[in-house]
This record gives sequence, C-alpha cells and structure tokens, in this order.
Amino acid sequence: MGKVIVVTSGKGGVGKTTSTAALGAALAQRNEKVAVVDFDVGLRNLDLVMGAERRVVYDLVNVINGDAKLPQALIRDKRLDTLFLLPASQTRDKDALTEEGVERVIGELKRYFDWVICDSPAGIEKGATLAMRHADVAVVVTNPEVSSVRDSDRIIGMLDSKTLKAENGERMEKHLLLTRYDSLRAERGDMLKVDDVLEILSIPLLGIIPESTDVLKASNLGAPVTLSDARSAPAQAYFEAARRLAGEIVPVTVPGEKRGIFGKLFGRKAA
Amino acid sequence: MTKVLTDARSIRIKGRSFLAVVLSPDLPLDQWLERLDDLAARSAGFFLDRPVVLDVSELSIKKAELKQLIDDLAARKVRIMGIEGARPSQLTPEMPPAMKGGKPASDVEVTAQEPETEAEAEVAAVVSPAPQRQEAPQVRAIPQSLTIDEPVRSGQSIIFPEGDITIVGSVASGAEVIAGGSIHIYGTLRGRAMAGSIGNSNARIFCRRLEAELIAIDGIYKMAEDMDSSLRGHAVQLSLEGETIMADILF
Ligand SMILES: Nc1ncnc2c1ncn2[C@@H]1O[C@H](COP(=O)(O)OP(=O)(O)OP(=O)(O)O)[C@@H](O)[C@H]1O
Ligand SMILES: [Mg+2]
Repeated sequence: MGKVIVVTSGKGGVGKTTSTAALGAALAQRNEKVAVVDFDVGLRNLDLVMGAERRVVYDLVNVINGDAKLPQALIRDKRLDTLFLLPASQTRDKDALTEEGVERVIGELKRYFDWVICDSPAGIEKGATLAMRHADVAVVVTNPEVSSVRDSDRIIGMLDSKTLKAENGERMEKHLLLTRYDSLRAERGDMLKVDDVLEILSIPLLGIIPESTDVLKASNLGAPVTLSDARSAPAQAYFEAARRLAGEIVPVTVPGEKRGIFGKLFGRKAA
Repeated sequence: MTKVLTDARSIRIKGRSFLAVVLSPDLPLDQWLERLDDLAARSAGFFLDRPVVLDVSELSIKKAELKQLIDDLAARKVRIMGIEGARPSQLTPEMPPAMKGGKPASDVEVTAQEPETEAEAEVAAVVSPAPQRQEAPQVRAIPQSLTIDEPVRSGQSIIFPEGDITIVGSVASGAEVIAGGSIHIYGTLRGRAMAGSIGNSNARIFCRRLEAELIAIDGIYKMAEDMDSSLRGHAVQLSLEGETIMADILF
C-alpha cells in the first residue's frame, strides 16, 4: 500500500502546486511509482505545471462520478514513466467532490502507487478538507511571513481534527516545507526567521526552498523544476526534501548559507 | 514589578454557557418530522424554553429545503437558536446563525407523560406556557482541571467553564483559551486567554512568554495595544485587583 501525502497551506499562492509537481518528480526519479492528484477542482493548475494540459481527457470528477475508470483518467508523464497525473476538472466546482467518491479513488490509487500526492486547493473549505481527509502524511507549505504562518497553523489544527487519522485517534505525520525563502531579505530581517516559524508551528522541517526565477522558468516550460533544471537551487532543495520524505536522514540546507558543516543544520527539528 | 493595566471604566464581557438541545434530522424529512411530532405528543412542550441547535452536518439538503425545515419546526413551536454543520451556501442572513465549537453533553431524556386524551395533549403542546419538563442535566460543578498536551492552533477554542486549564505548549495567534478558573500556559501566549470567565475574580493567567492578542479575567479585558510593551516576551502572571488587571513578570 502506498503512502498518501497532502500538500496543503490554507493561504493561496504559497507554492503548493509547484511543490506537488517538484516532489512528485523527485520521488519518481528514485524509481518509485508516483501519482500526483489535483484537488483544485475549478482552478486546476497542476496539469500546466506538469506540461500535460493538452493530454487531459478525463479528470478526478469523472472518475468519482463513474464516467471514467481510473486508468483512463491517469496521464503518464512523457519524461518519467513512473510519474502519473490525475487532473482536476476545470468546468466543475468543489461540490462535485463527494466524500465516498474521494475515498474510493484514493483507495484505488494507493494500491497501484508508492506515493499518492494530493495538491490541495487554498482555503479551509470542502476542497481542502477532502484533500487532507485520507492522507497519511501532510506537507504544510508555508512562506516566511506572518499571514502564511498563521494560516498554516490553522491548517495544522484541522489536520489534527478533521482527518480520518485524527478521528481514529492516530497522529497525522506533519512536515513543514518553507518555500519562497529569500536569503537576502532574511539577512535584512524583512522576513520571519526559520527558527521563528519553527517555534510557532512546532512541526519538523522538511526543507527550505529558495525564492528563484528557476521556478517560474520551469513552470513556463511545463515541467516540474526537479525535471527541467535538476541542478538549480530550488531543484536541489526539493530533492533534499524528497529524500527526507522517503525516510532518509539528511541535514537541512539553509539557502544562502555557505555549504559545509556550518551551513548545515544537522537533525534540525522543531521543539 | 507590578504594572497597572486597566482603568476603572472597562467594559465587562462575560461568558455564559447553556445546555442546548441538539436536533439532528435525517432524510426523508417528512418522516423525521412525523417522529418529532410523535415525541412532542408524548412529552408536551419539551422544546419550549429550551435553546435548540439544529445539526445539519449529516444532512445533504439545499438552501430552500433547509429554510422549509426551519419553517416546519417553527410551525411546531420549535425555535432554532443556531445551526451547526451547515455549508455557507445553505445559509441566508434570515436564518439562525451558524454555530460551531459546541461540546457534546450527555443525552437529554424526554419524559413521556401519558396524555389523557389526544386532544388534551395537543392543547398542552401548543398552549401550556409553563410546560412540565425534566430539569436540564446539571454540569457538575466540582473544581476540575483540563490539561492540553499540544499547542492550541489558530482557529481553535479551548473552553472549560468548570475549572482551570493547563496548556503544555503555545497558544497561537487567532486561537483562544477560555476557563472558568485560571489558565496556565507553558509556552508562548499569542492568541487570547480569558480566565474566570463565569465570574471568578480570583482567577489568574500565567504564561511562559506573553505575546497575547487579548487577555481577560472575570470579564475585564485588555487588548495587545493596551499592554505595557515591556511585558512582551516575558514570563508573566496576570491577576485582578478590583477592576484592574495587574501584571507581574515572573523570574
Ligand atoms: N520558490 C519559488 N521561487 C519563485 N517563485 C515561486 C516559488 N514557488 C512558487 N513560486 C511562484 O508562486 C506562484 C504560486 O505558486 P503555486 O501555484 O505553486 O502556489 P499554490 O500554493 O499552488 O497556489 P494556489 O493556492 O493558488 O493553488 C507561482 O507563480 C509560482 O511560480
Ligand atoms: Mg495550486
């Protein structure tokens, strides 16, 4: 049985879709079978970031309604044959998702894939709660600024109460992915410090993704940044995060800090 | 070091808790209403004078159907004080307000009183101004405490009118902790803390680091901007002297 990850944030535009695609492609490059699932029904983006927008025939809502079988809706990536996309519908809204339908689709995906990564819509309404409902692991995407941190805190509270895991009395595994981290602004003190964010959210750190034009370039090319430019700084940071997700113990690189022993924070964990 | 935080003319905001009766209808609604009528016939006036909350979280109905349901209940003299579990799209401004954060309590028993005749029962249900009904179950008032072993996240409320609350962790911005007694926070208080909320001027608030948005004791409250900035970031004890909140920096 595969692991189900929800990539979530509360606040919009913080980098959930970018991170879903980049982590998905990074895990698939380790030869593991990965499905990325777009839960942003009505505002789908993941197909664009994955460069698959012209290949969408059926979508998540079709599978939920029984208009299509799961294998008909899954799109295999042209570059990585272990990477698949289940797109969202652009013409419907979140009400088209049903609790039972989502449960059935996720259950089926778990049987075929090692990783099922769900790209959550922003907000705390139905779309976001259904995306997190069946997750085993949550990646909480946060930018180093107060509004994003507070929204993430709110989402963590929901992960601990509104998910199946929580209702069964189990603990949801949660990781913080700090994205759009600008080391120059951090030095000037215009941004929350990594330690402050960790102190407020008190969940372990999965990685720090630097602010970089490589991300925009990659999405314009229709490729996850971990595929289009594997050597770029954001791609390296996503590879590192993917290794940690897969259970490896890797020190977190803080963007802008010199590499080597001083630039690495070994075993960095939230208090 | 003790600082005066409140002037004498503060506004008091008090908490009040009621035990509400929760109605959770199921589909089809006409059958559920029939069963409700049956219950009402056996226990005249059960719903009169009781706060009633309508829980629709398990019910998938449209706005118009919800409105009809509220009207159907009103026709049976059941007035709804709030609606739980509704989607925003189901609600209109005319409807009772959305409620959340209710805490489950034990089931409320309906005492069946055998009506002499059907007609009499009906009269009793509609007319009786002082209905016979079972006393609302009492929330036990022995001093108690509640310990929370994790951070209180933004958007969460911890409400414990029965006694003290201890939080082993921080209270986030946008979170609130409301206690009938004192509040102890072994972490940073960034959100709101309201102690002595049902009228206890001896209640205190302790926190390892004060960054609060609002603090209140026995209804006397203080916003972040009214607090002395030198208290920020410190371990602080807050207590009430008369109508004045006093703050002491601890160690
Ligand atoms: N590390 C980064 N550096 C620079 N730009 C970034 C980075 N991460 C994301 N972006 C940009 O930020 C914007 C929002 O990213 P993305 O669509 O991934 O966010 P999202 O959280 O999925 O948004 P939504 O809530 O609308 O679904 C995009 O234009 C993306 O290119
Ligand atoms: Mg998105």
